[in-house]
This record gives sequence, structure tokens and C-alpha cells, in this order.
Amino acid sequence: MDPRLITAIIVLVGVPATVIGYVFLVEQVLRLVPGKRQAAVRPWLWLLPALLFLFVFLVYPTINTIVLSFENKFQKEFVGLDNYVYFFTNPNTLISLRNNIIWLVLLTFLTVGGGLIIAILVDRVRYESIAKSVVFVPLAISFVGAAIIWKFMYDYQPPGHPQTGLLNAGVAALGFPPITWIQDAPLNTIALIIVAAWTWTGFCMVILSAALKGISAELLEAARVDGATEIQVFRAITFPLLLPTVAVVSTTMIITALKAFDIVYVMTSGNYDTNVIANQMYKELFTNSQPGRASAIAVILLLLIIPIMAINIRRFRQQEAIR
Amino acid sequence: MTALSVPGLSAATRSSRRRSRPSRRVVLNVVVIAIMALWLLPTFGLLVNSVRPAQAVASSGWWTGLFPPYNFTLENYQQVLSRGGMSQAFVNSLLITIPSTIIPIAVAAFAAYAFSWMKFPGRDILFVAIIGLLVIPLQTTFVPLLNLLGPKGIHLLGAGPGAFVAVWLAHTGYGLPFAIYLLRNYMGGLPREVFESASIDGAGHATAFFRLAIPMSVPAIAALVIFQFLFVWNDLLVALMFIGAANAPNLPLTMAVASLATSLGGDWQLLMAAAFISMALPLIVFFALQRYFVRGITGGAVKG
Repeated sequence: MDPRLITAIIVLVGVPATVIGYVFLVEQVLRLVPGKRQAAVRPWLWLLPALLFLFVFLVYPTINTIVLSFENKFQKEFVGLDNYVYFFTNPNTLISLRNNIIWLVLLTFLTVGGGLIIAILVDRVRYESIAKSVVFVPLAISFVGAAIIWKFMYDYQPPGHPQTGLLNAGVAALGFPPITWIQDAPLNTIALIIVAAWTWTGFCMVILSAALKGISAELLEAARVDGATEIQVFRAITFPLLLPTVAVVSTTMIITALKAFDIVYVMTSGNYDTNVIANQMYKELFTNSQPGRASAIAVILLLLIIPIMAINIRRFRQQEAIR
Repeated sequence: MTALSVPGLSAATRSSRRRSRPSRRVVLNVVVIAIMALWLLPTFGLLVNSVRPAQAVASSGWWTGLFPPYNFTLENYQQVLSRGGMSQAFVNSLLITIPSTIIPIAVAAFAAYAFSWMKFPGRDILFVAIIGLLVIPLQTTFVPLLNLLGPKGIHLLGAGPGAFVAVWLAHTGYGLPFAIYLLRNYMGGLPREVFESASIDGAGHATAFFRLAIPMSVPAIAALVIFQFLFVWNDLLVALMFIGAANAPNLPLTMAVASLATSLGGDWQLLMAAAFISMALPLIVFFALQRYFVRGITGGAVKG
């Protein structure tokens, strides 16, 4: 039988059966346990699959990666900080670090700022839900798909030929020579970030819009009755009340920017000075066969993300305290 | 003006107030429509180009296709489906995505139920620790997992269907922290009395889980299903790691499209049709279940 067919059967029957069967199995096993102990054992059996997956696929690999980052490419010899020194002295990896900083600042600014402006604007039109859907749709498209879509926006033909990319057609219509958006640094990194912003602005908009709807209309109306202009209302009431949500969305976008990979991989493969940390790690691992250096890059990524994690966990605990 | 003191002033009152300044409203509508156009144009351009003949795509912009003489064709789609391996990649994407959606949500539901309705020492610390795992970048796990699952370890990766299993398990591990977080917050908010009275009536935890907790958590589960489905279907990185660019028969759609895009052949018109095929299912899922998806992410990110 075709192995693909067997796989398909496992997928459609085996997986759900195993998953549901587990709970019944647990309850059968618990009957063998003396009555008093059951309540103590049960939670751990219910948690067991989750804890196993989390340990094998997140906890153990993270610890192991930290160890590997101090070892050489054959994962045998201890080499101290060599892999980290390489990362912070090699011009190519430094470019990827610089680009990630540009990603972090620009993507967060564009998506959160753009999302906020759009959320406020669409709040005032009657076709709000349609407008929001339009901006939100790219989130359902893969980064690979978005990269292909924008490859055609940024398309370049030599001067004199009809331009096939929309942007260069516009540039040509204004009488300027066409621009190689994807090849010219540092413009190209910005071009790639715009693709990511096009995808993620909808995410920020939806969350900020939900927070905006939560602001009491009476409060805003009272300020307007007292003679406040729209801008004063925004600065004194709306924005301060939105601030916690802005912080939440910003942390999400910062993490997204730090992990950026797909768009760079598909559009430039990290060439023309557009490399980012995640793509550099992929190159070290598969092109250069340097798992030690790849691990060091992963640890650096983790260290960059930990402060954001601390903020997120604190926020969570504060909310639990309010509850 | 007494209406203003009514709690929860309606949106209708808000907008009627603004309708009094027509010039402003015109500007507002122009801006909003321009934003919508900006977001639609790139995708629309790709769609138009994907139904134009190859030499037309190479020699003129997609917008020229909107004017007569019209010259539309489905040739690109026929070509890509027959020789590009795209239909196989479509099946592969389904084989990867369905279990990678079912397993983590089921496992997370068990854990969320235990966190919500069972008492055990260290419960809150364990839960916070799991949320802490939420921001471990996937990259941190790749080298050890390749050692563990690859030729040096249990040899699950490679050309066979074992690589699919590896991807299912990996996506389960990666998706769990968020799924547990969202489900525990939802299940923990269900009315306590329902579970207490079920327990008094003699229902065990398995019954309470399948008959009460799961049916009552459908909105949260639906949101998670869409979230995880889109995440896995659109994933490139995890597939690149565990399936590997060399194993052509196992490639999901994202990898097939990416390899078309990065190869030097330059069959651009095929690439466009392929990109659209890869987007079709997520767009259908998205439009069919948009409400749950929006509720899921706003619940996940704002309410916590």
C-alpha cells in the first residue's frame, strides 16, 4: 500500500483515537490506585503528556543549545566563548544583528503606529468591519505568500523597458529611473520590513480596536461637551487608556521582528546586506555545518527575548492578582 | 442632551455627531478607502497576473491586463498542478497540518482542565513556568532536536513518512504553551457550580471533561484551532528544519513555493499560480471562521 495512504489513515483515525483514549486510560489506571492517593496522582497523569512534550521539545533543547554553544563544530570539544566572539567580530553576522535592530524599531513602529491610526479611523466609518477585514486578511497568508506578492510589487526592469512592478511603474511615470528595491542597501531591508508590516498591521489594529471600543463613550463625550478638540481628547484620554494595550502589542511585534526569517529567506536569501539573525543561524547550521555557531546565535536570540518575557510574565501575574 | 447620560452611549450617537461636519467626513472616507486599496492592491495584482499568459507577465505590468484586449488563461494553474508537484505538496500540507493541530490542542485541553479544576502542590508556579516557555524562540531548539530526531538519534527524519511524525511532535511542543495559556484562562472562567454539582451527581473527571469542560470551551477551542491551523499551514522554518529542502516528495506548500521562488529557473507565472494555491485554504478558513479568530487573538493578547 502507498505509504502516503497509510499516513493519511493514521492522521484521520489514529491520532484522534489515541488522544481521546488517553483520558479513559488514565481513569482506568487510577482505579488501581488506593482511593486516598487518587486525588494526588490524577493531576499529574492529566498533565503528563503536556509536560513530556514541553520537556522534550522546549526545555531540554534549550539547555542543550546553551551547552552546544560553547562547543566546536563537531559538538565534542569545549571552545569557551569562541562562537560568541565569532558572532560579535564577523562582519557578516554583525550586519545581521544590525538589520535585526532596524527590523525591531521599524516593524514595531510601522505596525503599532499604523494599527493605531487605522483602528481610530475605521471606528468612525459605517463599513468598519469590511475595512478591518481587508487590513486583517494578509495575516491568513503565509510569509512565503506575502513575499511572492511583494516580489511583484518590487519588480525591476532595466530603464527603457516597460516596468512590470507597480512601484517602479509609478517611479517611471514620475520620470525617474527605476529603482532596484531588493538589491540596494539599506533600502532593501526597509522594503522587506514593509512586507512584514503589511502582514502584521492588521493584527495590531484588531487588538487596539478592541481596546478602543472598551473606552467609555461617556468619558469621551463629556470631554467634547467641555470643549476639548479631537486631538486633545486623544492625547488626554484615548491614548493614556490605550497605553497598556500598546505595550502588549509592541512586545509581540518586537519578538516577531527578532525572529524574522521567512520573508528574508524567500526574497533575498540574506544577500545584498539584508541578512537577519534567524537566517544567519540557518546558514551556519546547514550551509556552513557549524552547529556550535548556530547554537550561539540561538542563545543570543534567547537572551534578547528574555527581558520581554519578564515583562510579559509580570503583566500576567498582575492580571491574576486583579482577578 | 439627556441621552448622553445613558450608560454605554451607542455608536449611532457618536457617528451622527460627526455627520454634522461633511467636509471632514469626505476626507475621512477618502483616507479609509485609500488604506483599503493599499492593502488589497498587492494581492489583487498577483491574482490578475496568475491568470495572464507567461509572455504577457514578463513584458507588461498586471494592470495592463485589466484593459482590453482581454487575454486571460488558466494555463498557469494547469501547468503548476500537473508538473510542479503542487498537488502532492497540497496533500503533504494537509498531512502535516491536521495532526499538528489536533494533538497540541487535545494535550493542552487535558493540562488546562487539570490546572483549572484540580488542586495539587505547585500548581501556580508550574503554570507560570509554562507561560515562561511561550517566548523561547523555535531557533533555540533546532540543533538538539536535529541531533535527537536525525541520523545521530532515533532516525525519524529523512525521505520517509517519519519526517511527518517529527513535524507533528515538534509543532505540538511549540504550540503547547500558548494553547495551555489560552484554554486554562477560558476553562478557569467557567462557572464553578456546574462542575461541583456534576461531581455531587457522581460524574468522574473524564465525564466532566468531555461533557462539560470541552463543550463549554468551544469558542476558545475554535479560536485555537484556527490559530494553530494557520500557523502550521503557513510555517516554513520548522518544515525546512525537519523535512529538509532535499526531500522533494515530502515538501509542504510553503517549501514548494519557496523553492520555486529561490530557484534560478524564473518560471514566474508558475510561481504566482502556486502562491495562490497555497493561500486558498487559509483564506477560506479565515473567512469562514474570522469571528472566532479575532476573538481568540484579542482574548489572548488583551484580556490574558
